Amino acid sequence: MRDVAVVAFTQAKSVRAERDLNETEILIPVIHDIKRGAGLETKDIDFVCSGSSDYLAGQSFAFVSGLDAIGAWPPVSESHVEMDGAWALYEAWVKIQTGHADTALVYGFGKPSMGDLSRTLALQLDPYCVVPLWPDAVSVAALQARLCLEGGVLSEREMAEVAVRDRGKGKSNPYAQVTGDFDVDALLAEPTFVSPLRRHDCSPISDGASAMIIAAGDRARDLAERPAWIRGLEHIVEPQDLGIRDLTTSRSTQIAADRAAVGKDKIDVAEVCGPFTHQSILVERALGLGESVDVNPSGGALSAHPLMAAGLTRIGEASKRIWDGSADRAVAHATSGPCLQQNLVCVLEGA
Amino acid sequence: MAERCGIVGIGQTKHDSKRLDVSMVGLVREAALRALEDAELTWKDIDAVVIGKAPDLFEGVMMPELYLADALGGAYKPMLRVHTAGSVGGSTGIVAASLVEAGVHDRVLAVAFEKQSESNAMWALSIAMPFSVATVAGAGGFFAPLIRGYMRRSGAPEDTGIRVAVKDRLNALKNPYAHLHMEDISFDLVAASPMLWDPVRYLETCPSSDGACAMVFASEKLAEQTQTPPAWVHATAMRSEPTMFSGRDQVMPQASLDNAKALYKQAGITNPRKEIDCAEMYVPFSWFEPMWCEGMLFAEPNEGWKMTYEGATALDGDLPVNMSGGVLSSNPIGASGLLRFAEAALQVRGQAGEHQVDGARKALGHAYGGGSQYFSTWIVSSDKP
Amino acid sequence: MSESEERKPVEVLRTPVVLDYTYSAGQSSSRHLRAFGKGKLLGQRCPVDGRVYFPSRGSCPQHGVPIEGEPVELPDRGTIVTYSVNRVPSENIDLELPYAAIQVLLDGADTILFHVLGESSIDDVHMGMRVEAVWKPEEEWDDSVANIRYFRPTGEPDTPFDQYKEHI
Repeated sequence: MRDVAVVAFTQAKSVRAERDLNETEILIPVIHDIKRGAGLETKDIDFVCSGSSDYLAGQSFAFVSGLDAIGAWPPVSESHVEMDGAWALYEAWVKIQTGHADTALVYGFGKPSMGDLSRTLALQLDPYCVVPLWPDAVSVAALQARLCLEGGVLSEREMAEVAVRDRGKGKSNPYAQVTGDFDVDALLAEPTFVSPLRRHDCSPISDGASAMIIAAGDRARDLAERPAWIRGLEHIVEPQDLGIRDLTTSRSTQIAADRAAVGKDKIDVAEVCGPFTHQSILVERALGLGESVDVNPSGGALSAHPLMAAGLTRIGEASKRIWDGSADRAVAHATSGPCLQQNLVCVLEGA
Repeated sequence: MAERCGIVGIGQTKHDSKRLDVSMVGLVREAALRALEDAELTWKDIDAVVIGKAPDLFEGVMMPELYLADALGGAYKPMLRVHTAGSVGGSTGIVAASLVEAGVHDRVLAVAFEKQSESNAMWALSIAMPFSVATVAGAGGFFAPLIRGYMRRSGAPEDTGIRVAVKDRLNALKNPYAHLHMEDISFDLVAASPMLWDPVRYLETCPSSDGACAMVFASEKLAEQTQTPPAWVHATAMRSEPTMFSGRDQVMPQASLDNAKALYKQAGITNPRKEIDCAEMYVPFSWFEPMWCEGMLFAEPNEGWKMTYEGATALDGDLPVNMSGGVLSSNPIGASGLLRFAEAALQVRGQAGEHQVDGARKALGHAYGGGSQYFSTWIVSSDKP
Repeated sequence: MSESEERKPVEVLRTPVVLDYTYSAGQSSSRHLRAFGKGKLLGQRCPVDGRVYFPSRGSCPQHGVPIEGEPVELPDRGTIVTYSVNRVPSENIDLELPYAAIQVLLDGADTILFHVLGESSIDDVHMGMRVEAVWKPEEEWDDSVANIRYFRPTGEPDTPFDQYKEHI
């Protein structure tokens, strides 16, 4: 395998509802900044891959406008996944592994505020037997939380502690959306939102975008002082049917973590994409994180959750800790689908 | 640096306007099982699954790969979902091949599909946006002005498109999977069919189909073990450009020309017209055959129509194009690109049945999409690269 | 229910999907739509090659740079670059069939505008035809491209092919 590293990352500030800018306009400065920051022009980038969703935009081929934002001229070698940008990173990493590219630009973007996200996500479920019932995304997650609580897998207090931890750390992240100092007991005194979930258990709905540049070998060393080398990149999907998988663990995260050899050495920093507090706990356990790991220094998905970019952003945030030397080894995680159906794990190292 | 990659299994559904006999799951499994059977493999032999399809609004399911993962044997394996507009089927094949070429996996299943009958594709393509005037009705409405541009530039005889439509429908009669089997197809029938988007006639237009296509890719060592020799991937290329900018050549986009050059360079091809035995290209409206003959550098600019006119692109011509009947005979949009790629592989494996081109050893698979702005292509051969 | 009916598979299931979206035109389009509301056509120049984008989408797709700076006011007349005559009904289009869908290059602009042709027989429409905008009555104006009802022939001599061929 070729050595490939994350060498640049930029993101838009996550906001609940961007009224002025359209999806492309959120993306334009992000792409412009990352290219300028890295000193690269379109012609210097061998491959481009993006992640977004037509249903978030309510329009077919919504991702095509991304080509305007990147200034795809001369024509670019380019692909798109209808997935979080983290999987676009995976496709770009594979392309570099084939030897047909040395550098790649990856981005993810979404503007979920355009529609009713929780209802829209219902359309991910079985179209014949489940969608006609329209179970919204928060209710589906609440079913999973209930299973975890009733099964004694975790407690409401532990869930609240995740919210307090992430939103507290998020205070130092200028791109985060919901941050601050909260008290566990005060949070637990709040009424439930979609029982057993309380408001603090749910990630915010965020409009946003992020972009990353990865490069192979010496090209990476040219572009970054201390590249964040991708030492493991694995993703696994589970069957969707909520009745046939164990919702109180994240088996796919576990398999991906094993394949990425997360446990091979000490992890300093973890960036976990948990759209709900109980999901964050399940993922952290599946990753096998020890006590000493700094989890979600960026504030994680509970501080900002720009769907289709959130997973890529976790990898970008973990890369930042490698670049600044505060971590030698980091793990980042991305998720997609109802109840952590699909998960990606990325191990980054400074050497 | 890339590992060699062989295509060891190919499967497709019977394409039809409404496959009411199967669900979405049934449709994709029909293609996938045929590909596995062809490869003499089972689900457990597959390391990863790549799914491609065009806009989710076509079926009304958001990221349907999540729902289909289990049915495609993807449970507890890696799965990717590709979407690059109309070229998506081609891109799906390229991503699957690259997983093997990268040395990441030994066997990968690629599946592309569309079940347009489950929603309304023309509606999904033409959602009225606020503050704007909708003037373009579906894909035909978008491409018709470009075709007019080509006719003007090339001075091609006006019946060029009719000839393509007849040829492709005749080829489709030899393909049991094709959606349209028009026994009575003739020049007069196409010429007399109504103008839908002038200059595009009804019978110069692709149908709307339900259908799926699947392929199994294997690393060199495993590909060598199959009974039917594999089709070897010699080169792949993808190019995209913006929808609209000042001075953009909409008729013959730079992305198409750049794509062709990159592809041939990788494949070591210097004279494509001579070295390629047959080509399966994405021709949703008849006039795109001469246009892409130029776009793939088989003909000089504005001379692609001569290939059609002189019979070069017929099944017995010197460069047969769309042996399967092409998109004009079956168009499950998301699968259409992979079907083109699959036909190229069928030809070099000698599996194309009645539409087999004698002695085909090197073939082109081609797909395009968006506003003629996404291109994906590959060269496959019976010989190892 | 007879036995054969019991065994008959369910083939069709109707699931109406209704989702509401709040659409933002975006800053760049808003500027241009607000101008439409005042009966003006505003383009913008690409800072790299100076070409006039109408409408501008906020960045130059070719050069990948933000398009800022003073807008360029354009006349409401131009040339039909290419067209098609549409005879297919579409749910999103509220026009009588057949109609000519045209791509218009406004005088002074370097990109094309999609619109429709009116006050002309569809047999007369051709590439190079000179056209001008026919606006709705001012009291019906909104911040919308639809303030222009359609374009109609001006009767001027055709624009030579060479002058607009790079826009097809």
